[in-house]
Amino acid sequence: MARSISTSRATVTGVVAWTVGFLVFFPILWIVILSFKAEGDAIGTPWHILTSPWITEAYVTVQERSDYFKHFMNSVVISVGSTLLGLLIAIPAAWAMAFAPGKRTKDVLMWMLSTKMMPAAGVLVPIYLIFRDFGLLDTRTGLVAVIMLVNLPIIVWMLYTYFREIPGEILEAARMDGASLREEIVYILTPMAIPGIASTLLLNIILAWNEAFWTLRLTAAKAAPLTAFIASYSSPEGLFYAKLSAASTMAIAPILVMGWFSQKQLVRGLTFGAVK
Amino acid sequence: MGKITLNKVNKTFGSTEVIPGIDLEIEDGEFVVFVGPSGCGKSTLLRLIAGLEDVTSGTIVIDGTDVTDAAPARRGLAMVFQSYALYPHMTVRQNIAFPLKMAKAEKSVIDAKVNEAARVLNLTDYMERRPGQLSGGQRQRVAIGRAIVREPEAFLFDEPLSNLDAALRGTMRLEISELHNQLGTTMIYVTHDQIEAMTMADKIVVLNRGNIEQVGTPLELYRTPRNLFVAGFIGSPRMNFLTGEEARRRDAATVGIRPEHIDLSTTEGAWKGRVTVSEHLGSDTMLHAEVDGLGTITVRADGEVGAHHGDTVWLTPQTDKIHRFDDKGLAL
Repeated sequence: MARSISTSRATVTGVVAWTVGFLVFFPILWIVILSFKAEGDAIGTPWHILTSPWITEAYVTVQERSDYFKHFMNSVVISVGSTLLGLLIAIPAAWAMAFAPGKRTKDVLMWMLSTKMMPAAGVLVPIYLIFRDFGLLDTRTGLVAVIMLVNLPIIVWMLYTYFREIPGEILEAARMDGASLREEIVYILTPMAIPGIASTLLLNIILAWNEAFWTLRLTAAKAAPLTAFIASYSSPEGLFYAKLSAASTMAIAPILVMGWFSQKQLVRGLTFGAVK
Repeated sequence: MGKITLNKVNKTFGSTEVIPGIDLEIEDGEFVVFVGPSGCGKSTLLRLIAGLEDVTSGTIVIDGTDVTDAAPARRGLAMVFQSYALYPHMTVRQNIAFPLKMAKAEKSVIDAKVNEAARVLNLTDYMERRPGQLSGGQRQRVAIGRAIVREPEAFLFDEPLSNLDAALRGTMRLEISELHNQLGTTMIYVTHDQIEAMTMADKIVVLNRGNIEQVGTPLELYRTPRNLFVAGFIGSPRMNFLTGEEARRRDAATVGIRPEHIDLSTTEGAWKGRVTVSEHLGSDTMLHAEVDGLGTITVRADGEVGAHHGDTVWLTPQTDKIHRFDDKGLAL
């Protein structure tokens, strides 16, 4: 009796999970489907779209019109670079907040997060002017810096949460054993926090990869990453759904593959500390 | 050498004075136990000596050098933590070698010392395992190994056995005592367990609310407790305290008599009582008897005594073993 209840319950849970999963994945699936259609068919009814012929013309056109590889490399440099730089700054910051908190640590954390509540458009002009004056417009260096700063509060918060799971006695033991502050962070804290650091790294690469607001506004051609590559197909000649979808598919493919292979690490990191 | 001197050491957290001011001398090679109920400041005192907490005022001197403001690693002390605090991502070998690696020792020196520590602690077969794959007792030994290789001036133990089961605790108690005999190094040991304190210590420091209540050898504390707190804390089961007429007859505010210093009879004696609970431990029987006008009296009787709930017993205190205290709780 108990067994049959748990089986039917598992079935229901399974159906619900697959439904939710499908709904979440559906937009991506639809983009992929559209990318294999002719422009004329891509604006038809859903039924027409599914039944019309499957072609790769959109991909061919996109390849001819723009240099995918250049944008891809820009995306890699900007997302990986900004994340690594962010970790370099955030690890000591999170260490200080987690293991040597002061009276105002909570306030500092809240303040850092509050910068994420500010609309980005509000600081667009000053940042644009700073970039112009320092010659950072349309440079990878500039984008690495600005995207690192945009994601830094999230990196610090995530690491802070992971670090708090590490028993302080272990760090005290390292201190008794003669480790300097740097050695304590390098030999003890960082290796112990690897799962947390890895998931922070992955999540931030994804966030940086998909960041569109700053990349679109601060780049023109040289440093433009894949987000700008997608956007270039939405205007000004009107919308070309098939080509737009082909560009989008090509832009998300690398990050999707990376996410797929690292999902175990991602999930483990996101649920870090939930189960001892 | 490991002589440690505390001069008027005070520790205040915010507005809470945890340790009002302690003076203490710990001689080289001594095994000193800090004992007291939870929250008495014993762990804080140990952490102050270790340098993991800063003293608010006062000085700590180790072998004539003022280390009050020195970093933990500069004090030449090694510490074993309650949670063992092993590095989970390192093997046993790497754990034990870590302090030597931090001291930039030669590889050959590290290997020799680590292997020697492993031999002493019976860890040779587990060197390539990680802490997660070890039992509690083995983890404890790794933590001790990590402390030994540094050849410290003194070892600090912070309730090292409280996470172990009772049988293992007994074994580890012996091992630590043997280690002290072998190394002859000063050891400071914090515990709330008075059995650990009594069995291991050369000198016991009884702490209560951040103050030292008494310092002495285990038997001094047992025979001549300085006040009511020490009398009640040292000894198991606890000393019986009597007030009122019984105390006044002996010119005291309170008198105390240990359970093992009361003679038991079924026919005659000073106090007539009724057994409420009788605990048979095999070697001993603990009788809790309700005596009119005195309350519950605990008696340690022979293991063969077969008293049951409701039985009438006669109790007679051994008069030369009675402790007398004045109205301030100090021994007379």
